[in-house]
Amino acid sequence: MTSRNAGALRDTAFDAAEIDRRLAAIWSTTPGVWGALATVDHKVIGRRYITTAFVFLALGGLLSLLMRLQLAQPEARFIGPDRYNQLFTMHGTNMMFLFAVPVMQAMAVYLVPLMVGTRNIAFPRLNAFSYWMYLAGGLLLWIAFVLDTGPDVGWFAYVPLSGPQYAAGKRADIWAQMITFTEVSALAVAVEIVVTVFKHRAPGMSLDRIPLFVWSMLVTSFVVILAMPAIMVASTALILDRLVETHFFNPAEGGDVLLWQHLFWFFGHPEVYIIFLPAVGMVSTIVATFTRRPVFGYLAMVMALIATGILAFGLWVHHMFVAGLPRLGESFFTASSMAIAVPAGLQIFCWLATIWAGRPIFTTPFLFAIGFIVTFVIGGLTGVMVASVPFDTQVHDTYFVVAHFHYVLVGGAVFPLLGALYYWFPKLTGRLMSETRGRWVFGLIFVGFNLTFFPMHILGLQGMPRRIYTYQPEMPWSGLNMFISLSAVILAGGFLLFFIDVIRSARTGAVASSNPWEASTLEWATSSPPPPYNFARLPVVGGLDPLSDRRDVLPVAAGLRVDRRELLVSSIVEATPEAREASSGDSIWPLLAAIATTATLIWSIFTPWAVVWGSIPIAIALIGWFWPKGVPEDES
Amino acid sequence: MKEGVVLDLTDLPPHGLGTASLSWWGTLAFMLIEATGFALSIVVYLYLMSLAPRWPPDAPPPDLLPGTTLTVLLVASLFPNILLARWARDQDLRKVRIGLIIMSLIGIAPLVLRAFEFPAMHIQWDQNAYGSIVWVMLGLHTTHILTDLVETLVLTCLMFSRHGDNPRRFGDVSDNVMYWNFVVATWLPMYACLYWAPRL
Ligand code: HEM
Ligand SMILES: [Cu+2]
Repeated sequence: MTSRNAGALRDTAFDAAEIDRRLAAIWSTTPGVWGALATVDHKVIGRRYITTAFVFLALGGLLSLLMRLQLAQPEARFIGPDRYNQLFTMHGTNMMFLFAVPVMQAMAVYLVPLMVGTRNIAFPRLNAFSYWMYLAGGLLLWIAFVLDTGPDVGWFAYVPLSGPQYAAGKRADIWAQMITFTEVSALAVAVEIVVTVFKHRAPGMSLDRIPLFVWSMLVTSFVVILAMPAIMVASTALILDRLVETHFFNPAEGGDVLLWQHLFWFFGHPEVYIIFLPAVGMVSTIVATFTRRPVFGYLAMVMALIATGILAFGLWVHHMFVAGLPRLGESFFTASSMAIAVPAGLQIFCWLATIWAGRPIFTTPFLFAIGFIVTFVIGGLTGVMVASVPFDTQVHDTYFVVAHFHYVLVGGAVFPLLGALYYWFPKLTGRLMSETRGRWVFGLIFVGFNLTFFPMHILGLQGMPRRIYTYQPEMPWSGLNMFISLSAVILAGGFLLFFIDVIRSARTGAVASSNPWEASTLEWATSSPPPPYNFARLPVVGGLDPLSDRRDVLPVAAGLRVDRRELLVSSIVEATPEAREASSGDSIWPLLAAIATTATLIWSIFTPWAVVWGSIPIAIALIGWFWPKGVPEDES
Repeated sequence: MKEGVVLDLTDLPPHGLGTASLSWWGTLAFMLIEATGFALSIVVYLYLMSLAPRWPPDAPPPDLLPGTTLTVLLVASLFPNILLARWARDQDLRKVRIGLIIMSLIGIAPLVLRAFEFPAMHIQWDQNAYGSIVWVMLGLHTTHILTDLVETLVLTCLMFSRHGDNPRRFGDVSDNVMYWNFVVATWLPMYACLYWAPRL
């Protein structure tokens, strides 16, 4: 191997047009089915991920409409108890594991490499693998549901209900194995994001110049890495209890049902922040762009993100207050549940200060950001309420809780996400979404959402339990339930309009320039959508807002090879260049590895031997994946 | 937007080594994930122990011999492993090949001992929760030995192939060394937990 590849072709030897031509030749995904299956371009995979997640949002939304149809009147006969159990379990599981977490990571898969100024995500093949695993997990859940084997034990699948004694058949196994699929893919993406942010930042993008959205995804990725193993341990133990008669959750043989709750919520509470932190990053980005000034208190914002990430792990027990834990323990968790309001409040003040000092432009993304702030304050307030043990004991398992977490999840994550989609749509597709339709979408969703979920607080205080498939006419609940169901139609109308807007804008929307919002982060320095190699020359960063600091000329670096996929490795703190590094080419092996893993995991619902035999094709696929192919990317 | 070249990257090395290596960071991240898994398994063990009136329930404490032998062997394996790391850093192909063969053999030995370790626990996974967690902990760690062994074997073949003499491969060997250190390091708390907690 020649050192420094003295004879290799560099971009220094060519003019701009020739560089583009050569880079396109080596970075493009080959057209056709094979290319689509083998691609490792983070933009292609990111778009796929986002699209798939929104399909799951629509499916989960349909399920919630079915539930609302059933609950609109007392003693409705539309859906029976067994089907209703599957409906709320599928809705919750689908929304949390197939929509909310993946969609946030998907946005990062697309955006983070662009925002830190590199050409692809770290470990591009792992990225492809993670998408296929995610897709397989989603298909597993939904196909099982269509076959009437959908899980019916609630989205947190408490034992003993989900254990071998009470959950015969394979429904609970489907739930537990779907967890494995989605956690594998989530962990893979988390690792990619961490390494991309640590090692692929553009020269000069020191830690204090990282865009806030990227910071939020970095913190989120660490929360994923530390929280998700808990649910993997829990779901594996559940499968073992059900398949090979272990006794983890069986009190008769020294096991414990609360063990499940501890493991689940050690993951489940941080899960909320895995969804919420990226949303915070999106809001900061949108607020900065549409007030035309950097977010007030950058350092405070970063510290708040990190503090939230850490505090997220001190809170899990608040889901178990009614389980009867030692008094001191409960007090501690009440205190930390309330403490998390501090960084949240700090961020809200920073946004308000930014808006106050800036000249806000009320575009659709900005409206969603405002909608988020308003909704989040309400959701946070009810959250602080349920953090107190006596109050929680009253409303536990009622519609008050359903209202609370939808305020946090829909208001706190879906609003910012929709805003983010309007905001980054030009970068994703090269076209702008419609402002007119966007305002209608925001109006319908914001109003529909509040009309749907606010009354649920009252229902909860009136004692209506969650997860009931019907109720008697004597109960004082029917009026509000009808009102909620009708409001849900408004909400659904908003989402429908949103999907229509997405499809129409992708086809016929106004063509976007590279920086239609005059934003200041690096993804806007390249065309919309970006070329396969993102940047013809990697940008060099001199400040927190690389595009607004220097208006006319973008400082860039030269000297990368144009005859292999090459990008830059830089140091963690200062982002000084350390090495030119190859980035993997397209490969079919991640798909094959995902197919082998999928077959093994599904088979292992039925027999433990699947793990033994299945590991052989998995090993073969992994060897095929990593074995060098003698391509220029392998040179060093 | 117009571009102005302000930096020339031509003289950078074409591949990152050490902390500039992506696979090094990737390995580290996966180690963090797995370490969390290991730690949780120990927490589950201690949690179940805290609930039980007697520990271990319905079984004598595990025999010390197989597990302790395995522990000594694992710790001893760090010595050749660290030598291998040094050879990989020096990019000495011949020595790296020898080192990999040795480490492959060393990877097989603990699997043999493991076969004696499971019966030495005097409990089956389906007898009670103690048995369940013991088998899962041993199983989890065995999977790690096995994965590392397969990786080492593949790497050995690779170093004997035409792709072997490449700084990238030496980096892979270093990562493999690091991963084995991790497999050994995670075993120590598990050993303490499995063999000595029942004797407290
Ligand atoms: C968009 C409109 C939505 C509507 C109308 C809606 C409605 C509902 C309803 C009626 C329930 C069942 C209550 C019960 O019977 O106990 C429910 C449960 C739930 N929803 Fe939603 N939801 C929506 C969106 C979302 C989103 C976006 C998420 C998450 C990101 C979400 C997460 C959940 C969860 C976790 C449950 C609990 C499931 C369980 O009890 O196991 N929902 N929702
Ligand atoms: Cu919580």
